[in-house]
Amino acid sequence: MMDVLYFAWVRERIGVPKERIETGAATVADLVEELKAREERYEVAFSDLSALRVAVDQELSDFDAPLDGAREVAFFPPMTGG
Amino acid sequence: MRVVVQDAPFDFGREAESFAKAQTNMGAVVTFTGIVRDSAKGDMAVMEIEHYPGMTQKALEKIASEAMERWELGDALVIHRYGRLHRDEMIMMVATAARHRVAAFEAAEFLMDYLKSRAPFWKKEIGADGADWVAAREEDDDALSRW
Repeated sequence: MMDVLYFAWVRERIGVPKERIETGAATVADLVEELKAREERYEVAFSDLSALRVAVDQELSDFDAPLDGAREVAFFPPMTGG
Repeated sequence: MRVVVQDAPFDFGREAESFAKAQTNMGAVVTFTGIVRDSAKGDMAVMEIEHYPGMTQKALEKIASEAMERWELGDALVIHRYGRLHRDEMIMMVATAARHRVAAFEAAEFLMDYLKSRAPFWKKEIGADGADWVAAREEDDDALSRW
């Protein structure tokens, strides 16, 4: 089981801040494909990956990163701190 | 080194004063404060700052540790707020202490550049006609390349 978190407009488009899913995805990109196949709201949220960032177990990561043993994956737009 | 993530306001004067007074043999203290300004449209009622609770503290500590090491700082302070803020409220501050001013200034700029695009915060401007997420600027990402 894996926790998938969404922030900012990604959260708004998908409609939930967090969900627990069963997945066999090997990489972040595979997970994205799995989610997109679920429902249109995911397809919309993940339509342009260049507009998204990802963190695996609370560390910034890449879409080609492996998910081996990962417990938490978060998707969000580029950050606007400061 | 101290990193604080909170929704409550902070007292900039008191934080700056106690940071400066706590140092030993540091010739320079630099502070920077970020303040909420109006949206480009000019109708912002409130700014909402969302963050990633599990990750924010760790990400800020990593950035501050890197600054401490790179500029041999005596100390560093980062305070960043989240939640609903109004125009002219302080969002965040950084303070750096070093033996010489160049290191203190540079480390403060480094902290700011990294906080902008590598700390998990997202700003939303809520106005009379709806709300807009603040888009990240390409310059902010480019700013990291100088370090």
